[in-house]
Amino acid sequence: MDTHPLHEEIDYGTPARESEQTVTLTIDGVQVTVAHGTSVMRAAVDAGTQIPKLCATDSLEPFGSCRLCLVEIEGRRGFPASCTTPAENGMVVRTQSSKLADLRRGVMELYISDHPLDCLTCAANGDCELQDMAGTVGLREVRYGYEGLNHLKDQADLSNPYFAYDPSKCIVCNRCVRACEETQGTFALTISGRGFASRVSPSESQPFLESECVSCGACVNACPTATLMEKSIIDAGQPDHSVITTCAYCGVGCGFKADMKGNEVVRMTPWKDGKANEGHACVKGRFAWGYTTHKDRILTPMIRKNITDPWQEVSWDTAINYAAGEFHRLQQTYGKDSVGGITSSRCTNEETYLVQKLIRAAFGNNNVDTCARVCHSPTGYGLGQTYGTSAGTQTFKSVEKSDVILVIGANPTDAHPVFGSRMKKRLREGAKLIVVDPRQIDLVKSAHIRADYHLQLRPGTNVAMVSALAHVIVTEGLLNQSFINERCDLDSFKVWQEFVARPANSPEALEPVTGVPAQLVREAARLYATGGDAAIYYGLGVTEHAQGSTAVIGIANLAMATGNIGREGVGVNPLRGQNNVQGSCDMGSFPHEFPGYRHVSDDATRSLFEKDWGVSLRKEPGLRIPNMFESALDGTFKGLYCQGEDIVQSDPNTQHVIAAMEAMECIVVQDLFLNETAKYAHVFLPGSSFLEKEGTFTNAERRISRVRKVMPPKAGLADWEVTVALSNALGYPMQYNDPSEIMDEIARLTPTFAGVNFDKIERLGSVQWPCNDQTSEIGTPLMHIDRFVRGKGRFLPTQYVPTHEKVTPKYPLLLTTGRILSQYNVGAQTRRTENVKFHEEDRLDIHPHDAEERGIADGDWVGIASRAGETVLRARVTERMQPGVVYTTFHFPESGANVITTENSDWATNCPEYKVTAVQITKVKQTSEWQENYHRFNETQLRLLKEKVAAEVAAGR
Amino acid sequence: MSTTATTSEHLVRMANDIGAFFEVMPDQHQAAKDVATHIKKFWEPRMQRSFLEYLKAHGDQELKPVVREAVREIRPS
Repeated sequence: MDTHPLHEEIDYGTPARESEQTVTLTIDGVQVTVAHGTSVMRAAVDAGTQIPKLCATDSLEPFGSCRLCLVEIEGRRGFPASCTTPAENGMVVRTQSSKLADLRRGVMELYISDHPLDCLTCAANGDCELQDMAGTVGLREVRYGYEGLNHLKDQADLSNPYFAYDPSKCIVCNRCVRACEETQGTFALTISGRGFASRVSPSESQPFLESECVSCGACVNACPTATLMEKSIIDAGQPDHSVITTCAYCGVGCGFKADMKGNEVVRMTPWKDGKANEGHACVKGRFAWGYTTHKDRILTPMIRKNITDPWQEVSWDTAINYAAGEFHRLQQTYGKDSVGGITSSRCTNEETYLVQKLIRAAFGNNNVDTCARVCHSPTGYGLGQTYGTSAGTQTFKSVEKSDVILVIGANPTDAHPVFGSRMKKRLREGAKLIVVDPRQIDLVKSAHIRADYHLQLRPGTNVAMVSALAHVIVTEGLLNQSFINERCDLDSFKVWQEFVARPANSPEALEPVTGVPAQLVREAARLYATGGDAAIYYGLGVTEHAQGSTAVIGIANLAMATGNIGREGVGVNPLRGQNNVQGSCDMGSFPHEFPGYRHVSDDATRSLFEKDWGVSLRKEPGLRIPNMFESALDGTFKGLYCQGEDIVQSDPNTQHVIAAMEAMECIVVQDLFLNETAKYAHVFLPGSSFLEKEGTFTNAERRISRVRKVMPPKAGLADWEVTVALSNALGYPMQYNDPSEIMDEIARLTPTFAGVNFDKIERLGSVQWPCNDQTSEIGTPLMHIDRFVRGKGRFLPTQYVPTHEKVTPKYPLLLTTGRILSQYNVGAQTRRTENVKFHEEDRLDIHPHDAEERGIADGDWVGIASRAGETVLRARVTERMQPGVVYTTFHFPESGANVITTENSDWATNCPEYKVTAVQITKVKQTSEWQENYHRFNETQLRLLKEKVAAEVAAGR
Repeated sequence: MSTTATTSEHLVRMANDIGAFFEVMPDQHQAAKDVATHIKKFWEPRMQRSFLEYLKAHGDQELKPVVREAVREIRPS
């Protein structure tokens, strides 16, 4: 039986220290040995004693302000604070004496003299360190009375949608301020005033919502009282049990405790032992889980013949059989290859694996793809070609050892916020930073962060930039020749070396292309090559280009050329977009490869799967998502099984996608909501949220963590059970009692996963693939240590080829698209949470110069026209943009950001070129024709949904 | 149904984009092989067929030389 139903964690008071040196001391007669630098307070916990404390917590550096943790140390005068006193050899410490007890009671008495005595009705009742400490020190009276000056009538700030700030309960311990600085790195909080007037101040004593606060919740976590408190706990009370699980938002894959009352989540608390996040979180994972119980969830399967028909609610059996019947009909009429499916990077590994298995085994073709197609498929190709496998080389923790950090086309403080905080911590410690980005992202300049170099290039010129950096490294003698000689394929190196050394690849020659002064490029290259351990982090700003794969190859070349591979602090790190992008790629979601990145044409691999699955499998690659659309328009692709992806909103050139949707005869959507794709669907299979099923997610570190069911599936079936049912109905039997059996099958068939199983993850918390009998039990935190996966690292030349998408007098500006902190991808989840208070619409960012030229003021409605289409958004005039470049997000369907983007794509993988579209911007007074059509269509689809529900209710009566 | 002209033109463009990556390699014969391998590994058979049919009907003058050589490798003998 689980004896810790709340997974309560020990608070050691001060952070752990890493040191090979140890010290031995005596605390209350107990001898204890700790790492050099450990505080007396922490050592005491090891010795079995908890010293009273209020301002100390082990996620923050000691502060020494509350005076509660005083101790006596033999040979020392006075009463040192145990949190700020490092343990020393031979020290003899007493944590309790009558004098210490008097002092602590005196301190508590002062605190309580200015604190409301409403413990019974306080939201922190049962989880209040102040209350605990009053009990611990034996406070029995407050002699000062409550008539004097106090803060008891201070008004609460309820502006933040997720937590309340009640200053009347604040003891000014500074934990919130320090959490904002040390853990999150935003520096939004400070203590204003002095002495009695000291108060926590968001920005300039503003309400939280109007301040620079990013709602990560670190302050709420750190608060020892009810001053900063989750509104969900204020409403529901303290949890009765908790379950460890993994966040379903970005590719950081934070560990969380789902704090529960019965089947209801009352709070998500970042898990201290979660290796990806070490107790930190962001506004999405920490707070934006309300979508899981949103009224828009569809909980009954639905079918319809035509998309103009109302939906009919049916049983699971009817829906599954109808879908299977339609797929059979289509395959009989149009051929075996006329159907396919899309696995979800938001679903678990086990679910993704089953969908690709269904397509290969039950459909009998390889027409399976995943949304990673439109984000990180170039990573798969580029790192596969150079290093031999598609994966980031490091753990997140590795950044703590980096001396130089090169961020290319990634915006971690918005898109991977918990890792962003970790990176910022290292930067505050002195690591150097190079940012390659068309925009002035927060990392370029924010509180206590300044990029040493911001190479603000023109969108679409990453390859030119990477080649120019390589040119400097080669021609200025900055190569790590011994690494190259030992670890890399020398023939390929020589070809690459000759290529990048060409004058055409010099920063000077490429300056007109990138728009970045050559001198800056030279200095940045020198810093990367010679500044110590250098790590590259990149994101979709690298991959979502016509030359996305070339840029990934270029990045891999840079790391090899400088020997920045195979140890802590270095490496090549793709920051994955969705929670299970890495996993969905690993699980064989791409049409050309089986799980574990093995091509379908490889006879040995194919026969392995054929034997295990009992079917014959195709050796030719299947259709990728964009190819499915084109084949649909050609009339050869007629049916799609789409699990947990919203291609109509997320894929480029919306009108092209919609035409493809309309050309298909059966679209089966499995999702939580009637998303944009479902509005074109014929079968709707209700999905289950990450809280409703068992499984695993794999994050950007290749870390496989458990997703745990904290409540039964709201629609009755978990997603994996739906896929099993569909496969059975299609005539290919699947039989699993539990997702752990699916993982066992994956492990049986995939060498890099051979050592992965649920029991091991349960025991170790998480494992990192490759994980088998050739690795340690936890798998492989660092890749390519002694040799590359492919043997020798392979260099490839990276010729810059300008994109087909060119600016012209008609379309003189370049649009680039991206994400923001509070919204997630297509927004289907976050739009159904209070996060809309942080970002309620997509805006078009435009430089003041471009705005002025067009008579555009901040907040004006502007038309954005490209060769693909036209939409209208409100403008935000900002110097974060460079002249000639505009930017928007795509979190709201009515924004139509992808009406503008084109179907240009990466040469190797067809990953769309979201980051470069030539546009014109004009001031307008009304929405675009596309938007008007969208509103009409959307209203019709919502009516068809509503009509069905109403008809059922009437029939039921 | 037959493949639309736009799809085929798109395939030609995609093939040339692949060629643009490999044409910088010093060994052009190997580069052509690499282009062919890429197409065979990543293009679904109907895409390969449409591409070849288009070339048969319209000639290969739109193709980069390296892709033209690659096509000889792709063509079923």
